[in-house]
Amino acid sequence: MYSQGLIGADGRSEETQAFLDAFQKRIDAEEKIEPNDPMPEGYRRTLVRQIGQHAHSEIVGMLPEGNWITRAPSLRRKAALLAKVQDEGGHGLYLYSAAETLGVSRKQMTEELLDGRAKYSSIFNYPTLSWADIGTIGWLVDGAAIMNQIPLCRCSYGPYARAMIRVCKEESFHQRQGYEIVMTLAQGTTDQKAMAQDSLNRWWWPSIMMFGPHDADSQHSDQSMAWKIKRFTNDELRQKFIDATVPQAEYLGLTIPDPDLKWNEEKNGYDHGPIDWDEFWRVVKGHGPMAKDRVKARKKAWDDGAWVRDAALAHAEKRRARKMAAE
Amino acid sequence: MALFDAVLELADDHLVLGHRLSEWCGHAPMLEEDLALPNMALDLIGTARGLYTYAGALEGAGRDEDDLAYLRGERAYRNLLLCERPNEDFAHTILRQFYFAAFMVPYWSAAARSEDETVRGIAGKAGKEMAYHVRHCGEWVVRLGDGTEESARRMKDAVEALHIYVGEMFEEAASAGIAALPSRAGMRGEWEATVDHVFGLAGLSRPVVPHPQTGGRAGVHGEALGHMLAEMQSVHRAHPGATW
Repeated sequence: MYSQGLIGADGRSEETQAFLDAFQKRIDAEEKIEPNDPMPEGYRRTLVRQIGQHAHSEIVGMLPEGNWITRAPSLRRKAALLAKVQDEGGHGLYLYSAAETLGVSRKQMTEELLDGRAKYSSIFNYPTLSWADIGTIGWLVDGAAIMNQIPLCRCSYGPYARAMIRVCKEESFHQRQGYEIVMTLAQGTTDQKAMAQDSLNRWWWPSIMMFGPHDADSQHSDQSMAWKIKRFTNDELRQKFIDATVPQAEYLGLTIPDPDLKWNEEKNGYDHGPIDWDEFWRVVKGHGPMAKDRVKARKKAWDDGAWVRDAALAHAEKRRARKMAAE
Repeated sequence: MALFDAVLELADDHLVLGHRLSEWCGHAPMLEEDLALPNMALDLIGTARGLYTYAGALEGAGRDEDDLAYLRGERAYRNLLLCERPNEDFAHTILRQFYFAAFMVPYWSAAARSEDETVRGIAGKAGKEMAYHVRHCGEWVVRLGDGTEESARRMKDAVEALHIYVGEMFEEAASAGIAALPSRAGMRGEWEATVDHVFGLAGLSRPVVPHPQTGGRAGVHGEALGHMLAEMQSVHRAHPGATW
């Protein structure tokens, strides 16, 4: 999903060729770039955009799953879901911190999310309609995210790469937890199994789309690959995901909603049917079914919380003044 | 059965309050609180699970934590009215949590010396968590009480709205005469000292309440609890006997 952060990225730089060559040499030597190191403006801008969008995705991603916290069907599931959604908030927090090392503030990034300048993963603009969606999101959406994120642990920018190590550990736990929810449903009553199948039907294609456009149509991959912000192409990652997921669905006795899905002996992987790119671009451009509601919910939380943040600042200021007066 | 009833009361307090806190997840005033509120909710729900499981064992009728949480209606719930109060705003939510935790700290501290091994175990863990809730929420009561004109007004409104439910915490209810659990009335002194200390820093005072509200222990709740339970129990009740 996070490759979406590169859609429309402006990777231009105005530095001298010698500067760019020296930077590229460091990248090629697999050196990590750290916050105070010289870096091309395009590299910095690309990372701010990608890390910011990744952070926003974690925060907005709390909403569709949060939609089921109050209805989780057992206390064990309730506690696990609450902890999971809290993890996503934690990921947001350290990703914002990673982005801040590039000279942008969390407040600024939040304002850009709320006024629509910054994007987040469009997968979260689909609705969660049943308890099974909580399992499916863990299994497929977090599963697809991990495919994207594992290579990011080796991203050339140090703070992002290090943040991703912890994020990946937690996401991998979420993915197994999601799969276990779906497995419980698939082995449950007729209604539960139908709920699981319906959920897979709705989330399969959006999950496949999370890897972004086909390589031939992906404009910004080349520069990001050269800078080692991105290490695999969209299609490579999508193929890995499908190959890993198909046997998991078979084990559950669920049917992936793609009649063209079949094993290709020659490439040692699955072929899949055509992706609905009209839907992809519609949702990426902000016309997903829940897009308006998601931003509205984030804006409401931000606006309703303004007096709390103001009070915390005012109190800190008063304390400081009182302390100074006492000295 | 008397210990069963008393443990069930405690379990209901924790689940209902934990559920209320969990409603904030993703909607808090700042990211740090989007982590802190679910964290406190998890503590409460975790304690509720231990208590329900123990209640089920005491009852000996084969009911597990989910049977007790999901298959009782509002008249059977025995939680304090304070715990079910709607979130309203951040000031109400923080004050509700502060009031409850300020009670539970001395309560669990006394319960940690119980003759009952399971009670001691639950009390040991929950007491540490509640001490953190007092600290976290107490700091917010001070920030909001001392912060801006608006936050001070909201904090005072919250005190006015919630103080009428305080007295119910000290009613013995089902715990009367149960040796395994501490006397609830005995917690009043420490509760008042904790609240007075924080209120002193926050510029707040404890109001006199001529007409305190009570009834939760008899299953006579406000109207909000029924809606909360309807939502909480909807999936579980729609699939009788299913495993999740």
